Amino acid sequence: MKFTWFNLMPWPYLPDDFREKHRSVWVDIDSRLFDPAKAHEVYNSYMDMLEYAGTLGFDGIGVNEHHQNGYGIMPSPNIIAAGLARRTSDVGLVVLGNSIALYNPPVRVAEEFAMLDCISGGRLVAGFPVGTSMDTNYCYGQIPALTREKYQEAHDLIRRAWSDPDPFAFNGRYNKLRHVNIWPRPIQDPPPIHIPGGGSVETYDFCIDNTYSYSYLSFSGYIRAKALMQGYWDRVAARNTPDESPYRAGFAQTICVADTDEEAERLYSEHVSYFYNRCLHVYGGFADAPGYRTIKTIQTGALSQYAPPIGGYSELTWKDLTEQGHVIAGSPETVRQRMEDLIKSLNVGNIFCLLHVGNMPMDKCMHSTKLFAEKVMPHLRNMFPDYKDDNRFWCKPLDKQVKPGSLPAEKEIAAMVGGKD
Amino acid sequence: METKTIQTHHVPVRYFEGGKGEPLVFLHGAGGVTAQDPFLAKLAETHRVYAPLLPGYGDSEECGELRDMLDITLHTWDVVEALGLKDPILAGHSMGGMIAAEMAAVAPNDVSRLGLICPAGLWLDEHPIPDIFAMLPYELPAVLFHDVEAGTALMTAGVALDDPEWLKGFLVQNARQLGMAGKILFPVPDRGLSERLYRVKAKTVLIWGDGDKLIVPAYAHAWKKAIAQAELVSVPEAGHMITLEKTEHVAKAIAKLG
Repeated sequence: MKFTWFNLMPWPYLPDDFREKHRSVWVDIDSRLFDPAKAHEVYNSYMDMLEYAGTLGFDGIGVNEHHQNGYGIMPSPNIIAAGLARRTSDVGLVVLGNSIALYNPPVRVAEEFAMLDCISGGRLVAGFPVGTSMDTNYCYGQIPALTREKYQEAHDLIRRAWSDPDPFAFNGRYNKLRHVNIWPRPIQDPPPIHIPGGGSVETYDFCIDNTYSYSYLSFSGYIRAKALMQGYWDRVAARNTPDESPYRAGFAQTICVADTDEEAERLYSEHVSYFYNRCLHVYGGFADAPGYRTIKTIQTGALSQYAPPIGGYSELTWKDLTEQGHVIAGSPETVRQRMEDLIKSLNVGNIFCLLHVGNMPMDKCMHSTKLFAEKVMPHLRNMFPDYKDDNRFWCKPLDKQVKPGSLPAEKEIAAMVGGKD
Repeated sequence: METKTIQTHHVPVRYFEGGKGEPLVFLHGAGGVTAQDPFLAKLAETHRVYAPLLPGYGDSEECGELRDMLDITLHTWDVVEALGLKDPILAGHSMGGMIAAEMAAVAPNDVSRLGLICPAGLWLDEHPIPDIFAMLPYELPAVLFHDVEAGTALMTAGVALDDPEWLKGFLVQNARQLGMAGKILFPVPDRGLSERLYRVKAKTVLIWGDGDKLIVPAYAHAWKKAIAQAELVSVPEAGHMITLEKTEHVAKAIAKLG
């Protein structure tokens, strides 16, 4: 199993009446709710938390990209990942990912990911999302019906930029480049690639064809995700894919661990409520720009099937959220059992653990994270013994990693200069 | 109106045809048009009307090869050619007006009469056009109609939001139609037309509802400024869906073109 401690970086100061006074947490969220001086503290404590998780035995620490979003203040995950690369070692840097259709030209992603891979010594796990409609269409102005074509072209360009040893001309529809020759190049050839998807057959096939891991990054939990993930595994089988390795898939799950089930509710319910009530308060008009989804995807009924519960999340109590699996919460034993159920029923080898939730303060987050790392994770390690050597979807760091602080001491310089005399 | 199909270079095109008189090609707005549209019927009283659907509209075939303004402009010229028409009266509503104006700018010697009904295509920073792509269906009547109540009744007839099959059909139709419209209207409906309008030679009638809340009447003046010979017909108590709200007024203004 590969466990990634994943942080969305929610803004923790949305007011109590956010739902009533504001129509959306995303796209046109009121900028007056953002306080840059507080953000100084928020960003640094989130980065501290990611680094802390990196010391507890997680396989990866994860970041992602959102724009104009009150629950994800990370328009550039690469900036965060660069900071993390310097202050961590061994742990994978999961950037899930860069919305490659939004970079102009997309070789920028090839370059920045190569930089991250080099700085981190081959610890990059790369993600190429199409990007949500909110980010891609409403915030970044991409034409909905052309988004997927542009994404596809960006993908082809990045892959070739990583692999072609010689300068080449790229005459795309959206990118005209006469001299593609990125410098630096990634250590990994190529870095493992994870693709977040939302149930479209095209994305299933894209992952199967390229040996990419398919990730379902939902906030509605594993029980509701079964239909979607089954759709993926059915497709894997139907396409005669050589194996059904669980590492071909990943899943994001909100998790809260305490000493007992009751304690979990007492400690975390207000933060879970903050996330599901305020952070997921997105104006319906921004959900799906017409043309963003393919007709085929709409026709499969995927949207209604995987949509948030009727009435939205705001109606759900702690009991609803935990029983229905949106949130896995409780004692280490309760969480272990439910995680086992999740892993088996979805057949997923990559878990993106959402252990920071909403406006959870760092002390509670550390507590939950440590309990998960020490009392849950070790019991889940060997869920797929048949595939324990399947490393196709994970980073392969260099054996010898340099550490920050490699400069010589100043007195050695004095000695060197003196030596010349 | 009769529903017909004609082959063009890219795709078979569905169109409605009917009436007697001077040939007139009508290009619909982002909401589309049906064979039962009362405005088409009104135009057909005095003209031979041809109303082609942009690919993806109604039950017509989609066309992935049409990606931008030039593609759509030339495609629509292909339609006129396929219909065997030479210098028909060219009229368009909203997005259709934008396409008609582009056609007249691209081929000024082939269009002598142009009817633009609250066309899209210009952008004034001081009057940002509401984002129809970020509106929920129930929010649309308020920006589309002068008489919001009547407009709501018109738009919600036959709507069954609680029926999953209906909803799926609605989402598919939206994706097909507005997905196509988005290629020239999203996220800002300006594809540089203002820099080309000087080329238009046609006798031009601009028709605008005084109560247009989507593309407000300030745009009428911008258009008039851009096409020197244009005549502006302002219609009181009409919103953006002026062809439905003031069908006769619009038809009468179009009749000025012959």
